[in-house]
Amino acid sequence: MDEELKKEIILENYSNPSNYGKVEDSSYDKYNTNNDSCVDNLNFYIKIEDNVIKDLKFEGEACAISKSSSSIATDNIIGKTIEEAIEYISEFENMIDQKPYKEEVLHDACCFCDIYKQNNRRNCAYLPYRGLKKYLENYHK
Amino acid sequence: MNRNDFPMLNQDIIYFDNGATTFKPQNVINSVIDYYENYSANAHRGDYDISYKVDLKYEDVREKVRNFINAKEKEEIIFTSGTTMSLNLVATSFFAKYLEPGDEILIAKTEHASNVLPWFDLANKIGVIIKYIDLDKDYHVTIDNVLNAITPKTKLISLAYITNVIGDIRPIKEITKLAHERNVFVCVDAAQAVAHTKIDVQDLDVDFLGFSAHKMYGPTGVGVLYGKKELLDQADAYMLGGGMNESFDSEKEILLKSLPYKFEAGTQNIAGVIGLGAAIDYINKIGIDNINSYENNLRKYLIEKLEKINYIDIINYEADSAIVSFNVVDIFSQDIAYYLNKYNVCVRAGNHCAKLVKNVTGVTNSVRISLAFYNTEEEIDEVVDLLSDYEKIRNEMI
Ligand SMILES: Cc1ncc(COP(=O)(O)O)c(C=O)c1O
Repeated sequence: MDEELKKEIILENYSNPSNYGKVEDSSYDKYNTNNDSCVDNLNFYIKIEDNVIKDLKFEGEACAISKSSSSIATDNIIGKTIEEAIEYISEFENMIDQKPYKEEVLHDACCFCDIYKQNNRRNCAYLPYRGLKKYLENYHK
Repeated sequence: MNRNDFPMLNQDIIYFDNGATTFKPQNVINSVIDYYENYSANAHRGDYDISYKVDLKYEDVREKVRNFINAKEKEEIIFTSGTTMSLNLVATSFFAKYLEPGDEILIAKTEHASNVLPWFDLANKIGVIIKYIDLDKDYHVTIDNVLNAITPKTKLISLAYITNVIGDIRPIKEITKLAHERNVFVCVDAAQAVAHTKIDVQDLDVDFLGFSAHKMYGPTGVGVLYGKKELLDQADAYMLGGGMNESFDSEKEILLKSLPYKFEAGTQNIAGVIGLGAAIDYINKIGIDNINSYENNLRKYLIEKLEKINYIDIINYEADSAIVSFNVVDIFSQDIAYYLNKYNVCVRAGNHCAKLVKNVTGVTNSVRISLAFYNTEEEIDEVVDLLSDYEKIRNEMI
C-alpha cells in the first residue's frame, strides 16, 4: 500500500467513521476500552447471533489513529464468526508486531502496517481490538 | 533568558511542557555529580569526614528551603519524594487523626489528582465529606465562593496555589485569613507555583504546603512539605524505620525523633536534596520576580498569537501563570501533540491528571503549553506558525 493511500484511508475513516454512534438497544453488549498510554475512551456495542458478529458499533473520544482504526475494525469484523474475528485480530497483532501477516485477511486495516515506527501510536491502532479480543475469548465461557 | 545554563537546550527541541517537569541547569547537575563523586556517604552517621560533610550539606539545604519560602523554623521543612508524598503525608499523618466522620474538606474541581485522591481516601476510610468550591466563569476560585462553601463542619481547605490545567493563581492569603477566622486549616499544593511566583509561608499563613524539586529546575524524586511546627508535632509518623526513631525496646516503647527527622525515615534522597539546594541557588540568582514577570509577558505574547487563529479555543484566557490550555476545533488534543512532536515541539495533551476538570469546563482533554523563563518569543512564533495551517495539521497529525 503506498503512503498516500494509507493516509487517505486513515483520514477518511477518521473524518467519516463507519458504524459510529451510541447504541441503546438491550440486545447489544457494551464494553469500554481505555488506552493505557493516553486518554482515548471509546465504548463499543456488539451484537452476536448464532456465533456470528451481526453488528459492532462504537462512539467516544479518541485520537485520529484510534478512531480510524475502530472504524476499519468494525467494518471488517461485522459478519465474521467469533473464530474468524479472533483470527483477524491475531493477524492485526502480527502486523503491528512486525511479524508475517496475511494481507488478504486484514484488507484496508493494512494502512496501519507502518505504525510500529511510532511506538506511542501502536496502542492507538490496537485500541479497538484489545477489548474485543477479551470479549470474544470470554463469549462462550 | 539564561538558555546556556541548560544542557537539554542544546538539543534541537522546543520544550513547552515545563508544567510536567523543568530542565535542569548545569549547576544542579554538577551538584548531584559532586555528591556522587566526592562525598557519597550516608547522612546522620557522622563518624568520619565525608559523612559529616553530607550532614552539613543536607542540613544546609533545609536552611535554604526555609529561607526560600520564608518559614519561621528549619524544623518545619520536611524532605519528601515530592508534592504527591507531601499531600499524602498531610492527609494520613495529620488529618486522618484529627478529622471526624461528617467533617468537611473543601477542594476545587480543577485540582490535580494528588490533591484529590488523598482526600477521597479519607472520605472512604473515615467518612469525611468532600465538597467543591464553585468556580467563576474563568474557572477561578473567588473569595465569595469560598465563603459560600464554608459551613460549620468545614475543617480543611486544600487548594493548589496555581492549578496545572487552568493556571489560575488562587488568593491563598485571603483564603487563609478567612479560613483561620473560622478554625479551618489550609493546605496548599504549590507544585506549579514554586518556580513561578514568590512563596512566603508566613505571609500566606498557610498550615501546610508542598512542592516538588523537579518542577523548579531541581532533580526528580525529591520535594518538600512545609507544616507549622505545632501541627507537625501533633502528626503521626508517616513511615517508620531508621533515622526517625530515638529508641525502641518493644512495641510499647517507641520513642520518635523530634522534627523534622520524625518524618524522614530511611536513607533519604541525599543527591536529590543537594540538587534541590542548587536549584534554589539558581532561582535566587536569577530572581523569582524576574522569572515571574518574564513568564507572564511570554504568556501574554502566546495568548495574543493564539487568539488570532480562529479554530483554536483557548480554555484559560485569564491566568497569571505560565500555562495555556487550548484545543483545535475537531482535532483530538493528542493528535496535536503528535503533530508538533514531528517538529520537535514538546507539549502535553490529555487530561493532565485533573480528571474532575471536565465537569466544570466541559472539556475532557486539551493541549497544554507550559512555559519557563528559558522559552522565547521566537519559539512561540515557530509553534504558532505550525498551528496556523489547519490543512497541514490535518495532513500531518497521523
Ligand atoms: C498542581 C500539581 N499538583 C501536584 C503535582 C504532583 O507532583 P509530583 O508528581 O511531583 O508529586 C503536579 C504535577 O504534575 C501538579 O501539577
